[in-house]
Amino acid sequence: MKKILVCALLVLAMSATAFGAAFKIGGTGPLTGGAAIYGTAAMRGAQIAAEEINAMNIDVKFDLRYEDDTHDAEKAVNAYNALKDWGMQISLGSVTSKPAEATAAENFADRIFALTPSASSAAVTEGKDNVFQMCFVDPNQGTASAQYIGEKKLAKKVAVIWKNDDVYSKGVRDTFVENAGKHGLEIVSETAFADGNDTDFSVQLTDAKNKGAELVFLPMYYQPASLILAQAQAMGYAPKWFGIDGMDGILTMEGFDKSLAEGVMLLTPFNADAKDEKTQKFVKKYQEKFGEIPNQFAADGYDCVYAYCQALTQAKATPDMSAEDLCGKMIEQFTTMTFNGVTGDNVRWMKNGEVTKDPKGMVIKNGAYVGLD
Amino acid sequence: MTMRRLINLKRAEARKIYLTYAVVIVAYIVCQVMSSTKFLSSSMRGMLVPICAYMVMAVSLNLVVGILGELSLGHAGFMSVGAFSGVATAILLQGVIPFAPVRLAIAMIVAAIFAAFAGFIIGIPVLRLKGDYLAIVTLAFGEIIKSILNNFYMGIDSQGIQMSMLSDTTRLLPGGKLIIRGPMGISGIQKIATFPAGAILLIIALMIVFNLVNSRSGRAFMAIRDDRIAAESIGLDITKYKMMAFVMSAALAGAAGALFAMNYSTIVANKFDFNTSILILVFVVLGGQGNMLGGIIAAAVLTILPEKLRSFSEYRMLLYAIVLIVMMLATNNAEIKEFLSRLNPFRRKEA
Repeated sequence: MKKILVCALLVLAMSATAFGAAFKIGGTGPLTGGAAIYGTAAMRGAQIAAEEINAMNIDVKFDLRYEDDTHDAEKAVNAYNALKDWGMQISLGSVTSKPAEATAAENFADRIFALTPSASSAAVTEGKDNVFQMCFVDPNQGTASAQYIGEKKLAKKVAVIWKNDDVYSKGVRDTFVENAGKHGLEIVSETAFADGNDTDFSVQLTDAKNKGAELVFLPMYYQPASLILAQAQAMGYAPKWFGIDGMDGILTMEGFDKSLAEGVMLLTPFNADAKDEKTQKFVKKYQEKFGEIPNQFAADGYDCVYAYCQALTQAKATPDMSAEDLCGKMIEQFTTMTFNGVTGDNVRWMKNGEVTKDPKGMVIKNGAYVGLD
Repeated sequence: MTMRRLINLKRAEARKIYLTYAVVIVAYIVCQVMSSTKFLSSSMRGMLVPICAYMVMAVSLNLVVGILGELSLGHAGFMSVGAFSGVATAILLQGVIPFAPVRLAIAMIVAAIFAAFAGFIIGIPVLRLKGDYLAIVTLAFGEIIKSILNNFYMGIDSQGIQMSMLSDTTRLLPGGKLIIRGPMGISGIQKIATFPAGAILLIIALMIVFNLVNSRSGRAFMAIRDDRIAAESIGLDITKYKMMAFVMSAALAGAAGALFAMNYSTIVANKFDFNTSILILVFVVLGGQGNMLGGIIAAAVLTILPEKLRSFSEYRMLLYAIVLIVMMLATNNAEIKEFLSRLNPFRRKEA
C-alpha cells in the first residue's frame, strides 16, 4: 500500500513538472521567530505576484517556494540547499541581511541568479555579479535621510538613537552621521541600545531632550520605535521624528496607539495609500487574502517576482534552461532593463547589483501615510 | 603513547574508545564517498562541516559536563571567540599563505589558543564556585563574550592592526580594511573549511579527550565529580584540575568555532548566544554524559533532524520538540536500554 502511494506521488510530482513548465523560483526568509513578520510579508507578496502571473495569458509561469531560515545564516544556507535539491532555477535570495550575505555567497558559487527583496546590507551584493537587490542598500538610506532633512530644512540640531547590535541600524546610522555635516546638520546627541535593553529609552530620550535636539532620527525597525514614541510623549518631549523604511509597519502594529505616530516622517519606497492603480490592486488583493495592509517587505517581494517576469519574457527564457544559462541571461537583462513596480517607477540596477529608485518622503497624518512632497 | 595507554585500559573501556574511532572513520568514509559520487543531496552536503563542528563542540563540552561534572551554560561563548579569532587570522594570512588547508589549520590553532585564554580568564572566578552557581556564572560569561564581540572593531592597514571598542574609531589609513565590524561581524569570509578538515579535527579532539580522561588527570576529574570532599581530602588540587578540563574544553570549542565560521561567508556574534550553548548541552545530555560517541551521534541527529522536517513547514518546530522529548525519554528508559544493550555484540560478551 505504502509503495503504491509513493509511486502515485512520484508520478504526480513528475507529471506536474513535465506539464507545468514553470520556472522554479525559491527564496529563504524568517517565517518563524522574532523576524517572522518580514519573511512572511515578503513571501506573501511574492505569492500574490506569482499567482497573478500564472493566471495571465503569457509564457512565463512560476513555481514559487519559500523556506524558513529563522533569520540565521546557518539555517539560511541549509534552506538554500534544500531549495537547490528541489531544483531551484532562479532565486529570491534571503529576506534579511545577514542570512542573505551567506546565501548570496552560495548563489555566486553555484551560478544561480538572485534578486533579494529586502536584504539591504551592502555586503550582500559586494563582489557578486549575479546577486541583485530590490530595496535600497543601507548606506544609501542614511545618505538620503541626511540629504532630505538638510535640503528640506527640517532641523539643525539632530539626535540619533540606534541599535548597536543590528546590521541594518548600524549601516544607516554610519552613513547618516558621516553625511550629516555636509547638509548643515549638527548631531547633538547620539545614543544606542541593543537586544535585551530595548524596552526603556528614558536615558536616550533625556539626553536628546537636554541637548536640545529638534529632530530625532530613528534608524531602526518599528517595534523599538513605537516604544520610543510612547515614552517620549510620557516625558513631554515632542521633537520631529524621522525614520527609515524599517519604520513602515508601525501603523499596523497590534496595540499601538496611532496618535503617537502623528507627524512622524519616514523615507520609504512603498506607500500602501498611494493612489496609482498598481498599488491599489496589490493592496486590495493582499488585504483580501491575508487580512492586513501590506508593508514594504511585501511590496518588495511582489516587485521581485514581477521584475523576474519582465526579465524572463524579454530574454525569451524557457523553464527547461539550466540555472546557469538563466543566470547569464538575467545578468544581461537586469543591468539593462527599467522596471516599474509598486516600490517605485524607473527602477534600474547598477552592475554591482544595487538598485536606483527615488525614495519617497512620507509623513503620518491622521493615522495614514501621506506623501511629503 | 596513545596505544600503550589504551592497551593498559580495561578491555571494555578500550573497546568503547575503539568503537568511537571506528564509527567516526567509517561514517567519514561513507559520507565522503557518497558526497564525491553526488549521491548525497546538496542539503546534506551543506551540513557536513557544521555537523563536524557541532560534534567537536559536543565532545569538548562533554569533558566539562560529563567527566568533570560541572554544568557549563556558556560554551557557545568559546566557540565565538574561536570563530572570530580564527577567521580574523585566516583573513590576515590570506596574502601570506595561499594554500588554504594550511591557513585553515593555523587559523584553528590560533582560535584554540584564544579560546583557551578566554577559558583561563573566565575559569579563575568561575571555577571557585560549584553546582548551580557555576552554571549561572558561565551563562553570564557567555553573554558577556557576545556583548564584547558585538562592540569590537578590528582592522588592518599599513600601520598594522588597529582595534577599538564600542564604536569604530580605528581610523584606518587609505587601503586599510576593517575586518571585524562590531554588530555586523565579519563579512566576505573565504569558505575554506572542508569536510576532511572537520573529520580530522574531530579525531584530534577525540584523541585529546580520551587521552586526558584515561590519564592521571582524568582520574582526578572523575574523583572530583564523584566526591569533591573525598578528592580534596586525598590532596587533589581541585581548582587546578577543574581549570585544566575547562581550558582544554574551551580550546577545542575555539577550534570548532573557527571551522564552523569558515564554512559560511559571514559570521555575527549573535549566532553564538544562549540558545547555541543550550543546543550543545542538549547534544551532551541526549548522547549521555561522559559518553563521547553518544554526544557525537546526538549532534549529527539533532542537526539533520530540523532539515528533514522541512516538509512539515510550520509544524516543524513542534515536531522537533516532540521528537526531542521522545528521544530523551527513550534513551533514559531502562527497558529500551536493556534492549539496546542486547543488540550490542560487545556488551553481551561482557555479561
